[in-house]
Amino acid sequence: MSSALLELRDVVKLYPVRGSGRKGASIRAVDGVDLAIPAGRVFGLVGESGSGKTTVARCILGLTPLSEGSIEFDGVDLSAADRRARRALHREIQLVFQQPAAALDPRMTVDRLIAEPLTTHGLARGAALRERIARLLDDVGLLPAHLRRYPHELSGGQCQRVVIARALATDPRLVVLDEPTSALDIVVQAQILNLLVELRDRHGLTYLLISHDLSVVRHLSDRIGVMYLGRVVEEGPAAALLDDPRHPYTQALLASTRGRGSASLDASAPLEDELPSTWELPTGCRFHPRCALREKLGRPAACETIDPERVAVSPDHAAACHFAGGADAGPEGLRS
Amino acid sequence: MSALLEIDDLRVDFSRDGRVTSHALRGVSLAVGVGEAVGVVGETGCGKTLTGLSVLRMLPDNAHATGRISFDGRNLLGLSPRELRSIRGGRISMVFQSPGTSFNPVFTVGHQIGLVASKHLGTGKKETERLVSETLHAVGLPNPDSVMRFYPHELSGGMLQRAMIAMAIICRPSLLIADEPTTALDVTIAQQILRLLRRLQREQGFGVFFISHDLDLVSDFCDRIAVLYAGRVIETGKAEELLRRPRHPYTRALLEALPGRAEPGASLPTVPGTVPTELDDAPGCPFAPRCPLVTELCRQERPPLVDVGSGHTAACHRSDDL
Repeated sequence: MSSALLELRDVVKLYPVRGSGRKGASIRAVDGVDLAIPAGRVFGLVGESGSGKTTVARCILGLTPLSEGSIEFDGVDLSAADRRARRALHREIQLVFQQPAAALDPRMTVDRLIAEPLTTHGLARGAALRERIARLLDDVGLLPAHLRRYPHELSGGQCQRVVIARALATDPRLVVLDEPTSALDIVVQAQILNLLVELRDRHGLTYLLISHDLSVVRHLSDRIGVMYLGRVVEEGPAAALLDDPRHPYTQALLASTRGRGSASLDASAPLEDELPSTWELPTGCRFHPRCALREKLGRPAACETIDPERVAVSPDHAAACHFAGGADAGPEGLRS
Repeated sequence: MSALLEIDDLRVDFSRDGRVTSHALRGVSLAVGVGEAVGVVGETGCGKTLTGLSVLRMLPDNAHATGRISFDGRNLLGLSPRELRSIRGGRISMVFQSPGTSFNPVFTVGHQIGLVASKHLGTGKKETERLVSETLHAVGLPNPDSVMRFYPHELSGGMLQRAMIAMAIICRPSLLIADEPTTALDVTIAQQILRLLRRLQREQGFGVFFISHDLDLVSDFCDRIAVLYAGRVIETGKAEELLRRPRHPYTRALLEALPGRAEPGASLPTVPGTVPTELDDAPGCPFAPRCPLVTELCRQERPPLVDVGSGHTAACHRSDDL
């Protein structure tokens, strides 16, 4: 897909582990991720803690160098970019953090917080700066009265609006949203989600949305990628992937979402245990120790020995499971 | 169902320098039956955590509680510190939101859980250890004998939450207060914790006072739900009933704000404005300034909490229009 604004090719991120007794040992936090986001679209990246989704974001933002693979933004290879080019890219790619209160300097007022990215990049000063701040403030639904306030004088939702204003200050094309609402109340979450939709439409933004909350991801995303232990195990259009999940992990994630009724808590658990350590990845398919489909199929040997390739289950939808295409793989097959 | 816990007209005021600065709870009445799970729902600042803390009398020094909290026929608000200690962690226990900050980092998990048992049950060293190991096993932690020798930082968030639940149930309480027990966790782990609480509740028969801002989550777990707004109960009812037909516009707004119910990308209905924080009650319904159904009557007269059918109660002049 050459029209993609952002394209990751076989991205690998290793973290070396010292003193482990194994020479040259490392943790494979991200292990071969391919994804492409066309301009103006929202890509949702879902997975449990430790699946590598935030590491992918850090790689895209240039906060950590890649071990292998490449990331292209608008046709420019990020790892080949020099200092100057990198600085320009920082304007184009911005980040909204999970903990709004922690992302804001407690000793700066809102006007200085929003001015900071503008002055750092030399984008505006004097009257132009004030005007730009006023416009951003209005954009994110804050009032001029908020300008003189400190972060501790704002609610969680207002802090997140300031964080979003800072991210938008440099007129970015791509915004990485890392769990943008998980620290917020339901009502405030709805307000921030509405704001994000509005801003995307108004400014033609492209989002990479990282979240473990499937209902948030479903609400915002055009496409969804499901990450498990450093890999994207299923990827497809949001509706297709959520209505007809093919990977048993995606199915288990869906079955874990809340609001499925009281009986869901008495039925057998969709997913036992916790994510295995990236330090000792399971052999074969990395999901096999927790996989309900494998149990149902009588533990086929392939699951433990062969790492499944991502294969298309429909033209636009792919899953990395040996049995994703089989009759038993659909959600009905799994449930029966 | 006989009442295990009965909160009656609970009011909590905060004061500074002898002057009342806020009325945080303005007359909360709630009951939890034996073995029943009651969910308490509302936005930040509505008073749900404060209600939970009042039951265990763990309020800050500048808070003053009045009203009645009956448990086992005794008013908890009238107990001496000594009497309270015999109930706290024993008959009534609590599970907090962030397991990571609820354990003391310099003692092992097993030691901290064991303390609860030895204080309340008077068990000796050997017996305590056996009990801790048994309880850790009951909450689904593998290798309990090694887990108990771990320090909190050596466990994952999900494992720590299991350990906190172990601490809460080791004395077989009759009431468990769970304050957003899964908010800090991944969906998959949250689901496991809810299942665990459900299983333990079925096995041990304790009542649960479940505090959360997420109606979907609460409705999965609880038999009944109470919705709090600005320090008052504004609606109560059976979980499925309240979700199917909320009779207060605020409850309806909380439900509509959940992204799972709307068309993807559609604008989610939100409630404008914020929870009132004024010291003195304005006349009329506290939700009136934010309410889409507001009438003149709502601005003048505060609606009482009344029965709207089969044990479902709502404090709204227009509950029949919903």
